Amino acid sequence: MSTFIEHLRVLRATLLRLLLTPNATLLNVLIIGIALSLPVGGYVILKSVQSLTGQLTGTPQISVFIKVGTGAGEVTRIGDKLKQNAKIERVEFVPRDVAFKKLQQSTELSDVIGDLSQNPLPDAYIVYPKATDASAMESLRDELKTWAQFDHVQLDSAWVHRLEAVLGFGRLAVGILAGLLSFALIAITFNTIRLQILTRRDEIEVAKLIGATDAFIRRPFLYFGLAQGLLGGVAAWLIVSGSVFLLNHYLGDLASVYASEFSLLSLSIADSATLLGFAAYLGWLGAWFSVSQHLWQIEPR
Amino acid sequence: MIQFNQVYKRYPGGHEALRDLSFEITEGEMVYLTGHSGAGKSTLLKLIAAIERPTSGSVLVKGQNIRSIKREAIPALRRNIGLIFQDHKLLFDRSAFDNVMLPLQIGGFDHRESAKRARAALDKVGLLAREKANPISLSGGEQQRLCIARAIVNRPAILLADEPTGNLDSDYANEIMHIFKSFHQVGVTLVISTHAENVLTQFPARELHLKQGALL
Repeated sequence: MSTFIEHLRVLRATLLRLLLTPNATLLNVLIIGIALSLPVGGYVILKSVQSLTGQLTGTPQISVFIKVGTGAGEVTRIGDKLKQNAKIERVEFVPRDVAFKKLQQSTELSDVIGDLSQNPLPDAYIVYPKATDASAMESLRDELKTWAQFDHVQLDSAWVHRLEAVLGFGRLAVGILAGLLSFALIAITFNTIRLQILTRRDEIEVAKLIGATDAFIRRPFLYFGLAQGLLGGVAAWLIVSGSVFLLNHYLGDLASVYASEFSLLSLSIADSATLLGFAAYLGWLGAWFSVSQHLWQIEPR
Repeated sequence: MIQFNQVYKRYPGGHEALRDLSFEITEGEMVYLTGHSGAGKSTLLKLIAAIERPTSGSVLVKGQNIRSIKREAIPALRRNIGLIFQDHKLLFDRSAFDNVMLPLQIGGFDHRESAKRARAALDKVGLLAREKANPISLSGGEQQRLCIARAIVNRPAILLADEPTGNLDSDYANEIMHIFKSFHQVGVTLVISTHAENVLTQFPARELHLKQGALL
């Protein structure tokens, strides 16, 4: 019946305690916020780069360039032959005229290309293989290279693979960082709560003597750890979102110079909720460890 | 209500605080625990409140054996026991009123009901006018009475008082003994440790006299 009211009372007391020592609270929240913002920032960068690779090439592909001067009938025949290959998922034909027009439109190179009196580009096929792992792609490339009609066979996925590897490395690094700094958060909370327990030792001892359960004694400290962790999470969110906003402002200028649309992604609602929930949970956990350890020490003998 | 059977309490290091104690205190009884300091009075009270466990023998409080009571069962037991400490153990970070509220918060009582009860307890010990005062500003006698108010506020069946009149002059001591007497009259079981002769003569009751941890 009054359990809910009791929880409200403890929550109110906890918030008052946080406000009563604004300097200590601010400092702790800031430390937690900074500690959390590092892995979260890393995550944002990774996610942004990852979305960039997605934009560029959805699936790995092989470009084959047909020798200049090959007749239209022959080009079609080559296309059919490619389509019949069991290792190939589908084939896309890029006629030399279309490729030339695209090139003329696309970049600053158009000045140079405009001067060309004739189209230097060959007809090309873009081959999408069934198996997209590096070794299968390489063996297909080698097979296509043996065809006499091809001038050049290019595997476009190599850099994607390399980037994937780098991203994988980055993910691991962010994971390790997150793990370590989570421990830091737990340790910070553990210590804060330890100090609180020391100053409230009398209260705990008296409460125990007059029949308080462990849960009753733990509750305010758990709330405190939870609230502090949550505020730390909010601080981390503000740090990351603020940084992303500032960086994107400058990235915009930078990217436009390189005709790129790269920008850092801001934290999604799900990401934000995860961050806050995780921070609150870690704070709670640190408080729980601390109280559990010290409850035994305070135990009246 | 309280039953000791061949109780021994030995501390690490070999000191034997209680030796072969066997006695019974029935419901509603008022009993004095007498003897010199160091005779084992405080230890005996601690056993009843499950603050310590006996080394051997059984201590039964309301049917529960303190020697084997589970840690989780202790809070419920203590809520039935009002403890009055020689050093009061009041909390100086809150008002007298909030000190008395603590047992009710622990018991999970409704706030309005709790406030009513807390004021009634403060009134009973004559401290209603000082409810907003910090305990540190109260005199020794007032602090002792505040400790009593806290002990009785959730209407325990047993009251344990460790030297409640120890540091007080006789006027204050009498006041406090009158309060105890009134609890005895409403059926509360009282165990009071004391070595004040005047208290024993003015408010006579059964005496358990301890000497070097044994009952005389």
